[in-house]
Amino acid sequence: MKTIVYLLQKEFLQIFRHRIMLPLIFVMPIIQLLILAHAADYEVKHIRLVMVDQDNSSLSLRLRDKFDHSPYFDLAANVSTPKEALELIQQGTADLFIEIPVDFGRDLQRSQAVQLQISVDAINGVKAGLAGAYANAIIAEFNQQVWMDWGRFVPASALEIVPSYRFNPSLDYQTFMVPGILVILVTLVGMFLSGMNIVKEKEIGTIEQINVTPIRKYQFIIGKLLPFWIIALVELSFGLVVAKLVFDIPFVGSLGLIYGFAALYLLLVLGMGLFISTITETQQQAMFIAWFFLMIFVLMSGLFTPIESMPNWAQQITRFNPIAYFVEVMRMVLLKGSGWEEVQRHFTIIGGYALMVNGLAVWNYRKTS
Amino acid sequence: MMIEVITSEKLSKHFGNFKAVDQITFSVNKGEIFGFLGANGAGKTTAMRMLTGLSKPTSGMAKVAGYDVYRNPEDIKRHIGYMSQKFSLYEDLSVLENIRFFGGIYGLPRKVWKAKSEALIERLGMAEMAHALVRSIPLGWKQKLSFSIAILHDPAIVFLDEPTGGVDPVTRRQFWEMIYQVAHEGMTVFVTTHYMDEAEYCHRISIMVDGRIAALGSPDALKRQFGTQSMDEVFLRLARPGSSGVGGVATNI
Repeated sequence: MKTIVYLLQKEFLQIFRHRIMLPLIFVMPIIQLLILAHAADYEVKHIRLVMVDQDNSSLSLRLRDKFDHSPYFDLAANVSTPKEALELIQQGTADLFIEIPVDFGRDLQRSQAVQLQISVDAINGVKAGLAGAYANAIIAEFNQQVWMDWGRFVPASALEIVPSYRFNPSLDYQTFMVPGILVILVTLVGMFLSGMNIVKEKEIGTIEQINVTPIRKYQFIIGKLLPFWIIALVELSFGLVVAKLVFDIPFVGSLGLIYGFAALYLLLVLGMGLFISTITETQQQAMFIAWFFLMIFVLMSGLFTPIESMPNWAQQITRFNPIAYFVEVMRMVLLKGSGWEEVQRHFTIIGGYALMVNGLAVWNYRKTS
Repeated sequence: MMIEVITSEKLSKHFGNFKAVDQITFSVNKGEIFGFLGANGAGKTTAMRMLTGLSKPTSGMAKVAGYDVYRNPEDIKRHIGYMSQKFSLYEDLSVLENIRFFGGIYGLPRKVWKAKSEALIERLGMAEMAHALVRSIPLGWKQKLSFSIAILHDPAIVFLDEPTGGVDPVTRRQFWEMIYQVAHEGMTVFVTTHYMDEAEYCHRISIMVDGRIAALGSPDALKRQFGTQSMDEVFLRLARPGSSGVGGVATNI
């Protein structure tokens, strides 16, 4: 026990003695949180629209106006032929064009079927889909309005769907993203710093001096991992405060549950760092391996793309992705107010996972070669 | 009466087909300064790593401080001190913090390591550097500090792997005075070196060549055995068998 205290004292001294460490651990993640939460926004706004108005009637002008006033569209240009519009899209100065045919106004007034063509740059599929849908909605609304103005029966669809979004009523992306980004930051600290720290002792040769002392394996490992476990939890608290104060994230569920899960989750992540340190000889190697796994974990965490829309094989892989579990727990507990019952499964899986990885790491860490 | 604190019998370590240490047999007595010589790559460090419990032997048997290297490497570790070839104090900790850490992990009570660290700093004349980071102190001081920390917990045996590499002659002399002091107090010193003048200071020396012990005895006995004036020549004869004869050696120098 005393040995561990001496080890912890040494680790903390070393961690905070490096002038870069404090900002690295606390300031950088907060900056990342602030930047990422604002940037990782899937809402599509300011779609650059080109109007190909071949009618130039009062009605076509009215439609044009309607688009111009929408927050989703910016009227980038008015051209007279589809060919010119296509060129603009090819140059990348426009995202979508709408072609209003000759006699658009006249046909509409006569209640004849009128066709508008919408062409969208679909290189970014998500954006294209949304842009098309927005444009459709605006046109439908326009249609309804002119018919109403003329006092005619509105042949709108019989059913109108009015969605009501639960748990994030205003569809605020930050509410959705910030808890997830927090998970990534905590994971970074856990996995990188712990792995690198032990490998560093290998690199400078001090590990040999440690291995020739009667320190027990478990003492050394606890002495190495506990500091980062504590630091990561402090960092999580820091991040939660920022989430609350800056992003006004609702804390619907129990914070105790979040911390309970984080405590367990960090054991797993630290174990991964430890395992990496047992199979590498230099900080460079450790960094590379940690980075490899983190990339996969982060990109497949469900933070940026929903896991449900991944192909089946990819969904199977995410079952081994610790970040995916924590992101889900964060969202469930913080935003939905889920309780122990709902996240019990996550606790069991991460707990078992942590046990396995740490077991493997401890078994693989040798004082005697 | 001679008490053997290190006994090695046919101790070997193979890495694949390479026999880094090939059946070495020797013993070291309590309070003895045992010099462990050999050219680079002769297997000294590997042998030492086996004796300190850092590396498992491939075959043979060895006992250190009464414990078996296979079965009780952790018990061995409690009774030995080790100063590795690579400087291995923590450079980003101060002199006192290093003493506290190593004292602490050897299980010395707070009072004991405090008293010992004061005495140590006093003896080394490092009072002014006590709070300086180890990184910032001169190499000679570092080595003396390293040695003092290696023996902080009063081990039965201290293993020194090239302790004076890169150190100036004055500091080397001081270093050897420290070695004599602890040996006089009953500690066994197992030391590797490349300096033949240092070899002369040892009670007995062994010279390793290609994983084997090629010669073993007191410096005087070895000089007599090889009919040479100095340890330098003994070493060159063994390490470079091609240059046999004193004359040959002379042209090589």
